[in-house]
Amino acid sequence: MTDAAVIPDMVPIFIMGKRYWVPDSLTIMKAMEYAGYQFIRGSGCRGGICGACATVYRKEGDYKIYTGLACQTVVEPNMHLAQLPFYPALRQKYDYAAASAVAETVHALYPELFRCVACNACTKVCPMDVQVMDYIAAAKRGDLEAVNEISFDCIQCGLCASRCMGELPQYHIAQLARRLYSGKIVVRTAHLNKMVDTIKGGKFEGPLQEVMKIKGDALKKLYTDRQMEPAMSDETWAPSSNVGL
Amino acid sequence: MKIAYYPGCTLKTKAKNLENAAIAALGKLGVEVEELERWNCCGAVYSLADDDLIHQVAPVRVLIRAKDSGANKVMTLCSQCYNTLARANRLVKEDEEKRKTLNLFMDEESGYNGEVEVVHMLQFLRDTIGWDEVKKKVVKPLAGLKVAPFYGCTLLRPTEVSIDEQPFAPKVMNEFLTALGATPVQFGSTTDCCGAYEVLVNPDAAVRQSADILVKAKAAGVDAIALSCPLCEYNLGRRQPSIKLARPEIEEMPVYYFSQLLAMALGVAEQSGPFELNNLATRAQIKERKLATV
Repeated sequence: MTDAAVIPDMVPIFIMGKRYWVPDSLTIMKAMEYAGYQFIRGSGCRGGICGACATVYRKEGDYKIYTGLACQTVVEPNMHLAQLPFYPALRQKYDYAAASAVAETVHALYPELFRCVACNACTKVCPMDVQVMDYIAAAKRGDLEAVNEISFDCIQCGLCASRCMGELPQYHIAQLARRLYSGKIVVRTAHLNKMVDTIKGGKFEGPLQEVMKIKGDALKKLYTDRQMEPAMSDETWAPSSNVGL
Repeated sequence: MKIAYYPGCTLKTKAKNLENAAIAALGKLGVEVEELERWNCCGAVYSLADDDLIHQVAPVRVLIRAKDSGANKVMTLCSQCYNTLARANRLVKEDEEKRKTLNLFMDEESGYNGEVEVVHMLQFLRDTIGWDEVKKKVVKPLAGLKVAPFYGCTLLRPTEVSIDEQPFAPKVMNEFLTALGATPVQFGSTTDCCGAYEVLVNPDAAVRQSADILVKAKAAGVDAIALSCPLCEYNLGRRQPSIKLARPEIEEMPVYYFSQLLAMALGVAEQSGPFELNNLATRAQIKERKLATV
């Protein structure tokens, strides 16, 4: 093995103040594991979706604070970083069934909304590039639809709350608004109700019991042979051969 | 004609009637109202503390959004928003040091040096549309309707942001009401404070203040009060039942947003609701005078 290409270039990074040399191609999460850290909390899907591995870091000679998901962000030489697996923020309890999907519900549960001074620190820190302050502004004016749309990419990492001078739990406010909007304002689709009724009516019960009796290779074959929806199919596509459907 | 528009939070909920009426009426006057694509709360009250720049961030950010939209003028309907934005704008224009500090803080936003003019809709009607033009478009004059113009504080004070040249004897609302065919009536409380946020911390004082205004309006023989501020509307309109508990002699008084009267005169009354947001006496009067379907 003399090929230089397989020998990684090593870069120094500072994890909670201590310097480690790590391969320059690693993500922050892999680099920390390389350095000997073990993730028990603060790591989830490793695919940039779950929001468990929020990282805050600074670059050499730069006053700005940077954020990212440790599983998605590649290390840079001389970055100073720490993991922020959880940030405490008040999440109010409420009776969903009794809650009305109106501005006042959000305002009554989270009156600290009105402590927002539009400093925009939440937006600047968001690793998902959500316009956090914009959805807080929408929540103030009771536009639950806008909160739903603007906050849709939120992964609940809590970095917004960590930076807020008004001490708002932004991500919990957005979740409340999304729940109210999606469950109580958006018009239910008729075909979903029909399908739920079909399932409740027991149509799939028999076939499911049949499948559960199949064991081993026969089950594997059934799985690999199943009919899949083509990637570019339109909404009229329906399976023709699957058992029970 | 197009005009950039900053609504403010209350106009999306409790004062939807103020907004709906204004947009419908301006449409009748050939004006397309373009709401800013992104906006935040203006801050509601202008911060008077000299060293409290953080509370200037919200209004200045709104002005940056207006500038970024390509507008050189932004219109408000709410008196409070008007006041907060206009004063923050003056601060940016006139205080170089604070302007620099604000721009540095905003870092990722484009720089702002007071490029956008803040106007209230009454100014826009007077200075850009003109009363003659408004008068020409009136299809349902409010003949015989005696209206007390109520400015409250924030359209007139401080003098530097007053929408009228004479903040102590303003006439813009009189001109407005006259153009609609209504009869403006001076009633001695036209520039008083409605009680404002005292209603939260010192409700007795707020009730005294608003009750006196209602009594004076009644004594002047007016049919209704016209105003432009959701907080004034709350204290003088929506709270009338509570005021009556303390002052049983008070008679209920119709209270309109100025934009609702404009919409009614221009023949788009049906779009100036929801009237459930107006007090009962207003709804009764709308029905009685057949101003709109209630």
